[in-house]
Amino acid sequence: MKRLKSIGAFWYDFVIGDDWRVAAVVVAALALTALLVHAAGVNAWWLLPLCVFAALGWSLRRATAGPKP
Amino acid sequence: MTALPLILTVFVACAVEAIEALTIVLAAGLTREWRSTFAGLAAALVVLAAIVAVLGPTITLLPLTALRLVVGALLAVFGLQWLRKAILRATGYKALHDEASAYLREVAAAKSAAVTSRRGINDWYAFTLSFKGVLLEGLEVVFIVITFGGNQRNMGAAVIGAAAAVVVVTVTGIAVRAPLAKVPENALKFAVGIMLTSFGTFWGAEGAGVSWPGNDAALLVLVPVVALVSLGYTLLLRQRPRPGQAPAAAHSSEEVASS
Repeated sequence: MKRLKSIGAFWYDFVIGDDWRVAAVVVAALALTALLVHAAGVNAWWLLPLCVFAALGWSLRRATAGPKP
Repeated sequence: MTALPLILTVFVACAVEAIEALTIVLAAGLTREWRSTFAGLAAALVVLAAIVAVLGPTITLLPLTALRLVVGALLAVFGLQWLRKAILRATGYKALHDEASAYLREVAAAKSAAVTSRRGINDWYAFTLSFKGVLLEGLEVVFIVITFGGNQRNMGAAVIGAAAAVVVVTVTGIAVRAPLAKVPENALKFAVGIMLTSFGTFWGAEGAGVSWPGNDAALLVLVPVVALVSLGYTLLLRQRPRPGQAPAAAHSSEEVASS
């Protein structure tokens, strides 16, 4: 069990990293893009880059909210 | 995309990981025993090669749209992690990765550990230190090789880029017999973060069904835009007033803005 937990923790850290919100924004943006393309017929190529920039800015803002270490 | 950008991107990404692995291998070899260290290194390389040999051909069998969606999402998340860390390091919110001090920490730990023989290996500590270090750093290399190679349907070019990086770093490491502390590691990570985020965004959106204006040429715009936005965030964070801190001018020479 302990080994499984450590393997899970390793892969979580490997893929998701320090801020899970970044991964959540990317996945949500891709889902919304697919919805716009396939359901509404909108070629939303601009959506994912905008969300990526916003996610990076949001994550940096959260990480730097306090004073430097 | 032609093979050259693919080879160069994989080369730089893999060189960064190879430098970190080299630090661990040198610490194990110079303070413990080279034979056991090389055995650990070889064992890790065999495991990594097996992963590429199994996953590489398998991933190219997947439908391209699904592959681009999944791999694009993973690469974008992975690239944003690298960018976030590189920006935080460049602005002083996170300590710079210092190969020289990392090497000294590994040497101190290696010197204090007892020598034990196991399974035909003279020094089990040197073996496991080398094996784990190379395997963990190598997994990121494998991830980049498989995702880039699979998406471009050119696994050979990705493997060439990775192998060239490992060879260059290894030869340099053997020549200087010291960790490559003078390599601007954060600047390289910043560049790799930009490439991974750009390619991840491009492929992910394609996998979701969009048609990029100009098709593949959109990457020529996307990469500089990601770089500009990242540099913009870096400059913004440097200019931000920080309570109780010295002005932002006193940064190390390993700065991304100058790279």
